[in-house]
Amino acid sequence: MGMPYSEKVIEYFKNPKNVGKIEDADGKAKEGSPACGDMVQVYIKVDKETQTITDIKFESYGCASNIATGSIITEMAKGKTIEEAKQITWQDAADELGGLPPVKAHCSVLAIDGLRAAIQNYEEKHGLLKDQKPTTVEIVEDRLKRVMNPMTGLDVIKTDLIHDISVEDGVVTIYVDLDEDHQFANAIKEDIKEKIEPLWDVQRVEVHFGE
Amino acid sequence: MQGKRVYMDNAASTRMDEKVLEAMEPYLFEKYSVATSEFGHSMGIEAKEGLEEARKSIAKRLGAAPGEMIFTSGSAESSNLAIKGVMEANKGHLIVSDIEDFAVLHTARTLEKAGYEVSYLPVDEEGFVDPDELVDTIRDDTVLVSIQHANQEIGTIQDISALAGICDEAEVLFHTDATHTFTRVPLDVEKIPVDLVTLSAHTIHGPKGIGALYVREGTPLKKQMEGGFQEFDMRGGLENIPGAVGFSKAVELVAEDENRRLKELRDMIIDRVQEEIPDTTLNGSREQRLPQNANITFHYVEGESITLHLDMRGIAVSTGSACFSRSLEASHVIMGIGGDHERAHGSVRFSLGRFNTEEEVNYVVDNIKEVVKRLREISPLGKE
Repeated sequence: MGMPYSEKVIEYFKNPKNVGKIEDADGKAKEGSPACGDMVQVYIKVDKETQTITDIKFESYGCASNIATGSIITEMAKGKTIEEAKQITWQDAADELGGLPPVKAHCSVLAIDGLRAAIQNYEEKHGLLKDQKPTTVEIVEDRLKRVMNPMTGLDVIKTDLIHDISVEDGVVTIYVDLDEDHQFANAIKEDIKEKIEPLWDVQRVEVHFGE
Repeated sequence: MQGKRVYMDNAASTRMDEKVLEAMEPYLFEKYSVATSEFGHSMGIEAKEGLEEARKSIAKRLGAAPGEMIFTSGSAESSNLAIKGVMEANKGHLIVSDIEDFAVLHTARTLEKAGYEVSYLPVDEEGFVDPDELVDTIRDDTVLVSIQHANQEIGTIQDISALAGICDEAEVLFHTDATHTFTRVPLDVEKIPVDLVTLSAHTIHGPKGIGALYVREGTPLKKQMEGGFQEFDMRGGLENIPGAVGFSKAVELVAEDENRRLKELRDMIIDRVQEEIPDTTLNGSREQRLPQNANITFHYVEGESITLHLDMRGIAVSTGSACFSRSLEASHVIMGIGGDHERAHGSVRFSLGRFNTEEEVNYVVDNIKEVVKRLREISPLGKE
């Protein structure tokens, strides 16, 4: 068994591109994951005429996958319109990097979240955001598509790990099809909470395990 | 330094000493028979003699009688046997510390699931169990207390004499996991009233797959591994005689001046890091610390990134970062000493062994200095 990372991941980890801050950024965001402990900060400059990302930089307090993904997405997003950049997925970044170990998916998804949050920050500042909608099961499900199943590297929705979701009076309850003693149970729980808790009208997130 | 390799993950496992292999060889190629009774064939008796000599010499180092020493496959099995063996023989309440090795902690959780009551003792910011808290936690139905001699990650050495004394007074059995202290930190069962001690060979340049459990005479214990009547009918299965002989040789090879030398190397790491790298925290106690362990958090950077960079420079160390662990959870030890995710995230353990040199220590510190500096340049934290 060799190194779990592709040559390209190692290359970007050793020599990350577009590292640093943009002092007069048009949009910036910090995304952090208490589950992994990783954190990423993304800065963008946007051309107001064309809504194109003209410059992008990132900083990472994270592991190799986080640093490599942060680096590759800055390259991928540069020159794209904000609408195009929003469509970049974790899978696109992973493909571009020549693959990532499944167990590391959640560290690298954070970089994608950072990019989307930076764009959202730009949109908020420039009045481009639509009205806030109340949280529904569909919205929760959509967010859970960014919680990774460390066993497969695919998200928890795609891998049928979510048994049931309910949203009631600001309380989101999520039933996970996994034994509570499972090796990754705690990591998945923290990841779920981290993705759902920031929703504007959510007061509490409960995660239950059981097969 | 192309091709240079420096191994500082000796707490995980060590390189076996050539002298250990030499001692084992006759038991692999000449005296390879199963140990038989004195009525067996002479090759069996020869093998048996090797096994019993090994038992005697390991027992002696601990101040124990040979009949109190059960060979096992390693520390995980020893701790399983100690804790399940005692609890199943007695039924009642179990106490363990929060920062035990998984062999103890997961055994405790399994017993809890099976209906036993378990209390988990917290530790202070240096990793010490408070003896007063132990006194308060012991109940009338407490059967066993299991507290490690020293911690596998942060190197803190418990006041084992005080803790064992409390249990002795309360007439509660006491088990300690001495995987990382045996031969490195004194422990004499004649002077300290411990009832069960977990020992391992591969942490002191012995072979993998062999360990032992000291069981004080008269301690009630339920056999866990069924098989024949080996190991005083406490552990079935063919004896690992080459392993036992290697274990005994490994014990014999650890001398006091080696421990002094390791302590000097350890202090070099700690002192140089603290003087030359800003924003670091030493995890564990400065004074009551394993001679072979240094564990330091480098703030604002992540441990897997550090270890990967070091690996590319030929250096092997480990980290308590969640990104590095099999369960994606931050080190329970660093969290247990009141550390947060951030503290665990950037923690690096340097664990020394016989073959490390002063030159290697300097090479490692020089490199970690560079790596931490580079990673901090990428990090959003720690900047004004």
